[in-house]
Amino acid sequence: MSLHRRTIAELARGLRAKEYSSVELTQSLLARIAAAQPALNAFITVTGEEALAAAVAADRRLATGDAGPLTGLPIAHKDIFCTEGVLTTCGSRMLGNFRAPYDATVVAKLRAAGTVMLGKTNMDEFAMGSSNETSFFGAVKNPWNPRRVPGGSSGGSAAAVAARLVPGASATDTGGSIRQPAALCGVTGLKPTYGRVSRYGMIAFASSLDQAGTLTASAEDAALLLTAMSGFDPLDSTSVDLPVPDYTAVLERPLTGLRVGLLKEFFDKGLQRDVEEPLRAALAVYGKLGARLTEVSLPNLPLSVPTYYVVAPAECSSNLARFDGVRFGHRCEDPRDLTDLYERSRGEGFGAEVKRRIMTGTYVLSAGYYDAYYLKAQRVRQLIAGDFTRAFTQVDVLVGPTTPTPAFELGAKTADPVTMYLNDIYTIGANLAGLPAMSIPCGFADGLPVGLQLIGPHFAEERLLNAAHLYQRETDWHRRMPGAYA
Amino acid sequence: MMEWETVIGLEIHAQLATKSKIFSGSATAYGAPPNAQANLVDLGYPGVLPVLNREAVRMAVKFGLAIEAEVARRSVFARKNYFYPDLPKGYQISQYELPVVAKGHLDIVLEDGTHKRIGITRAHLEEDAGKSLHEGLPGLTGIDLNRAGTPLLEIVSEPDLRSAKEAVAYMKKVHTLVRYLEICDGNMQEGSFRCDANVSVRRRGAEKFGTRAEIKNLNSFRFVEKAINHEVARQIELLESGGQVVQETRLYDPDRGETRSMRSKEEANDYRYFPDPDLLPLELDEAFIAGVRGELPELPDQKAARFASQYGLSAYDAGVLTASRELGDFYEAVVREVPAEAKLAANWVMGDLAARLNAENLEITGSRLSPIRLAGLLMRLADGTISGKIAKDLFELMWTTGRDADALIGEKGLRQITDTGAIERAIEEVMAKNPGQLADYRAGKDRLLGFFVGQVMKATGGKANPAQLNELLKKKLAG
Repeated sequence: MSLHRRTIAELARGLRAKEYSSVELTQSLLARIAAAQPALNAFITVTGEEALAAAVAADRRLATGDAGPLTGLPIAHKDIFCTEGVLTTCGSRMLGNFRAPYDATVVAKLRAAGTVMLGKTNMDEFAMGSSNETSFFGAVKNPWNPRRVPGGSSGGSAAAVAARLVPGASATDTGGSIRQPAALCGVTGLKPTYGRVSRYGMIAFASSLDQAGTLTASAEDAALLLTAMSGFDPLDSTSVDLPVPDYTAVLERPLTGLRVGLLKEFFDKGLQRDVEEPLRAALAVYGKLGARLTEVSLPNLPLSVPTYYVVAPAECSSNLARFDGVRFGHRCEDPRDLTDLYERSRGEGFGAEVKRRIMTGTYVLSAGYYDAYYLKAQRVRQLIAGDFTRAFTQVDVLVGPTTPTPAFELGAKTADPVTMYLNDIYTIGANLAGLPAMSIPCGFADGLPVGLQLIGPHFAEERLLNAAHLYQRETDWHRRMPGAYA
Repeated sequence: MMEWETVIGLEIHAQLATKSKIFSGSATAYGAPPNAQANLVDLGYPGVLPVLNREAVRMAVKFGLAIEAEVARRSVFARKNYFYPDLPKGYQISQYELPVVAKGHLDIVLEDGTHKRIGITRAHLEEDAGKSLHEGLPGLTGIDLNRAGTPLLEIVSEPDLRSAKEAVAYMKKVHTLVRYLEICDGNMQEGSFRCDANVSVRRRGAEKFGTRAEIKNLNSFRFVEKAINHEVARQIELLESGGQVVQETRLYDPDRGETRSMRSKEEANDYRYFPDPDLLPLELDEAFIAGVRGELPELPDQKAARFASQYGLSAYDAGVLTASRELGDFYEAVVREVPAEAKLAANWVMGDLAARLNAENLEITGSRLSPIRLAGLLMRLADGTISGKIAKDLFELMWTTGRDADALIGEKGLRQITDTGAIERAIEEVMAKNPGQLADYRAGKDRLLGFFVGQVMKATGGKANPAQLNELLKKKLAG
């Protein structure tokens, strides 16, 4: 079997068994990346030389037996993570020239675990988008159909894993940016609990919502990466000081008696009929695995989208103020004065969607509007979080669709931002409540992948991974690959 | 003037004396080359996050306890958003709705000796901005971010101050307190202690406050007084000529001795405050607060009260001697040597010693005379070995030579003459040399007594005991 078809768990076993070296694996994947790049545009930067050097070092560790479970394993990082000495653009012209002087904690932890970074993946500009079309470096194409979007904002990471260019990639999720592209590309996406993974070195979009996670082919692989990535970071005051379990340890635990709640509000008329069918089939699998299915209502959940589009832009308007052309990033030519420097550097450096959100956020924080928008949104956020808390007294896991439709056509929603925002209608709730959530492939609609979303209580990653893994033992949707890249 | 009442509130910025910055590990030392003390967090690089310095919190709590304020068990850091090149993140992390310290007070002493309680609305933690540099950079602006992220305690008073003098007294009181608490070095030249003054005037008896102007960045007590006095006069003149005060920010120009407009309310920033999502709310438990309470030193007012009762000093003297912890310590070290002469010691510390220090621009810690040396002098003055006049000369001699009192008294023969016979002999000599003045005195020119005192003192090298001299001289002159 070709190396690219293997999961992280399988590749790690092969590396330790010396079936192939990290250098061989790295070379074969670099070749696939180069071949796929013109069609998919999944990468912004490919770090071939550095990758080979890291692979050589990993092989040395594998030879001496000084290797961990991820030593020598090639991965990619979303271009939102700072990588020392390597271009870190965040999908923006603003950082088109920015070489980060340090590693994000996620990058440092995965580097320390022995992974080999092959490059930085494409993304919506500053993670603002649901289709990867806002990237300054061009849209990413969906490997299942190049006229379709891969989802966003972690579209590059999702497409790269779907096309088996890398076995796994880091990603971030502020309102669905891991789960939505996972669903649209047919891969496994994990957004951990807010605070589980350090945000240090992850370029901030909306600080109270942003969380780093993974895109992989399987839940088992997600468990392997999460074990290496997570943990308290003294450099991130919002990271939580809880011990990190071995997330692979309980993957096989039987699901007998697991209380699974169907999110009533998600099975609404917005859900496309042919998406609902594979979801219902997936629920039947859980029934067979011994889970008890009930329907659960979260009455405030339909307020998620408007709430999110106040809170997230408010934080982004402040977070992106540092991009002013003074210390790093894009600076306009020959500024006349300070105002001109600010206006043109930011005017030229940011794309339309980023500007729209900065303006929205500035507005909702302004004197006279703060109470009506920002404060009210924070109150609604509490209500939504309360709905989840109540639901988790009745069930162990909530399930529903990840997206209302499969991957849509490139350009289909770019003219109407609100239509685009509604694509995240099922994913935003978990961010507002800070909950862990996953999307796993559960079938196809019209030849395009469909995702099943699992949401758990705070720090219930083990339960989610367990439920996802046993589903993947029963099904092979996660093993399906787009024909052109199989 | 009499019909107008001045209303002042001060916002004092005290730089906290932490080793590192409030949200990063960079050093806070003054005077480093530009940007040598600015790391990625201070520079606001993409992806970096703030981590609160617990030492800064401890210092803020210490201040709160010292002014008998409410120390918030939960306070919140907020972002104050505005664009400026010396503000790297495009926002300043401060505290807005929920400050760490609220509702405290300090008492000041007015000129007539009465006490006045000044309310302190709040004190909150925040980070300082950097500096823009223009000197030596024609057509360019340099940015130095060494100061960016330096911890500040902003201490906001109630509008309880009614004159520039009260404002200065209050500011001095805060200055004394923060140095007692060792939370701020108080160095005003380096900007470690500065204030903004909110100034308005209203007709005496009016209930409503007048429109205020905010004078920014006053970094000396003298400037505070001058700037407020100028601003009050400007506002009164404006109102009396039928004009209106506009709410605005003004800058004091010390060279011209006037304030001028910086920006009006309309031009003011909308800071779009909101809670900083990168920092959790600051939660303080009782054990932490109790721990800080245990670290509180004797406070200035407590020390002054103790000095007054223990050493029999006036309230005024006790106040002067406790103006700094070091001065109080010096004074007490003197008194330990000469316990019976506490009042004399107070006079000397506040008099000759203070004058000398002042002339040489020295702090008490830089005194060339140790407390023990000064006590040695006072001992000889008290036991009559030297006269008051000689004591002053001896003080100067000790200051310049650094030697002790007894050695110099012996060597220079400064012991005062108390032998009646010796003094009488000197008087007789002077009388014999000045027959004309003697005749005039005896003819009724009493004022010549001073002349004779001077002559005898001169003849005895200043060493005659003045009281004895006076008595004997009068007797002899009377004939």
